[in-house]
Amino acid sequence: MANFLIVIAGFVLALLALGLICVLRGPAAADRMMSAQLLGTSGIAALLLLSAAIRYPAIVDVALALALLAAFASIGFVTSSNRSDSKADIADGNEHRA
Amino acid sequence: MTVSLGLDIGLAILVLSVAVWTIAVREAFASVVGFVVYGLLLALVWVRLWAIDIALTEAAIGSGVTGALLLGAASRTRHAKAEPEALTLIVRLAVAVFCALITAGLAAIVFLLPEPAPTLAPDAAANLSTVGVGNPITAVLLAYRAFDTFLEKVVLLFALIGVWSLAADRNWGGAPALWQSPDRNGPLTFLGQILPPVGVVVAIYMLWTGADHPGGAFQASAMLAAMWMLTMIAGLTHVPRISSTGLRFTLVVGAAAFLLAGLAGFYFAGAFLAYPPGYSKALIIAIEVVMTISVAGTLVLLVAGPPERGERP
Amino acid sequence: MEMSIARDVFTILMVTAGAFFFLAGTIGLLRFPDTLTRLHALTKADNLGLGLVILGLLPWANGTLAGLKMIFIWLLVQFAGATVAQLIARVVRHGETQP
Repeated sequence: MANFLIVIAGFVLALLALGLICVLRGPAAADRMMSAQLLGTSGIAALLLLSAAIRYPAIVDVALALALLAAFASIGFVTSSNRSDSKADIADGNEHRA
Repeated sequence: MTVSLGLDIGLAILVLSVAVWTIAVREAFASVVGFVVYGLLLALVWVRLWAIDIALTEAAIGSGVTGALLLGAASRTRHAKAEPEALTLIVRLAVAVFCALITAGLAAIVFLLPEPAPTLAPDAAANLSTVGVGNPITAVLLAYRAFDTFLEKVVLLFALIGVWSLAADRNWGGAPALWQSPDRNGPLTFLGQILPPVGVVVAIYMLWTGADHPGGAFQASAMLAAMWMLTMIAGLTHVPRISSTGLRFTLVVGAAAFLLAGLAGFYFAGAFLAYPPGYSKALIIAIEVVMTISVAGTLVLLVAGPPERGERP
Repeated sequence: MEMSIARDVFTILMVTAGAFFFLAGTIGLLRFPDTLTRLHALTKADNLGLGLVILGLLPWANGTLAGLKMIFIWLLVQFAGATVAQLIARVVRHGETQP
């Protein structure tokens, strides 16, 4: 059972790698923003499988933190793009220079 | 166990590929995305190395807080003119050779360690019962090497003062310009209302369970910082002015409590930062709670940057 | 003895189904032509895959609290994933309406 779970964890990580290749290459910024979401679900799945396989319950806490922080990273990416768009509307970007 | 070895090799190749991509890509936003992905993957690596506390910290600080910091930097420099390349090929080759030498040196040190490697871990683990906590990392951070942790908190404050000193004179005392969402009814506001309470509960849980299981003050404070930043980005709270007394008190109280505990140690247990026997766990948790609040505030303000709006009269 | 075999079979079935949904999601990510369709594949299929994996791992949880923690993680991922997908979709639409 432990070996089976580790194999599935490896499979999920391989899918994550494939997904990252596609998403990080994506031409638009929106494609790249999906990488945090992808990492969130795949990473959490891999961690939970690992936690059950090697019988170490503390890993579930890492999965919990990852859930919140992947969401936070996604929000950061989205607002960073919104921020730069609204700045592009301003003629010069020098208003914050001392 | 060849199955786990295969998993580890695959993970290592993935992490290295993402790192190479992060450096090779030309656009600032893309490389910050790559950095955050790299940080989250590194958390998986730490788990495979049985370092759960470090995995938590890597996810929280390496991706969360530092990611936010880099995103802010990428946005601010988006309209800056790029400097013409001043480095010649020779200089770049020399730097590359030096970096390769340092990497080779580190790898050599790791591979040439005697078996068993010299370590204080057994001694640290053996004395856990006197400290009263079950997590050896917490014991190291807050009992054996408490002085180092105390100084680190002070260094964080100095870093914050350094960031604040970048403000223009007329802006001193004002609020940092953290981007806030103009839309008060969108999905971002919804997330900003639901996620932070969850995050605060998770942070308190990580702080509390850090005494005996993986977790601790630093991870909790990074989680709190991320959640506070989220409420500010969603426009639900104002970015505090740096001249506000409440803010400054919050920032300083962690190091101050540490110092107080240290000085009290002279009186109650005979040395600076010594804990009287039987009270060590209570003291450690008390210091951790206060420290978490201070460090969370410091991290948020480090990301928010120097004040950019002047103090209103 | 039967309970143990039943538990193993349940876990293997659920985890394999979850892995299948992850595969479907990744195929969608690779093959769909548009950012929005890729986003849909990512959030829906991967979240369902995670739910099935967690369901399969519940018998191995270290007590009811640990099991509840895993279910809570899945709910959190569902909620945050759906809302973040909305945010990213707005970025795509905003990018399309700008010249």
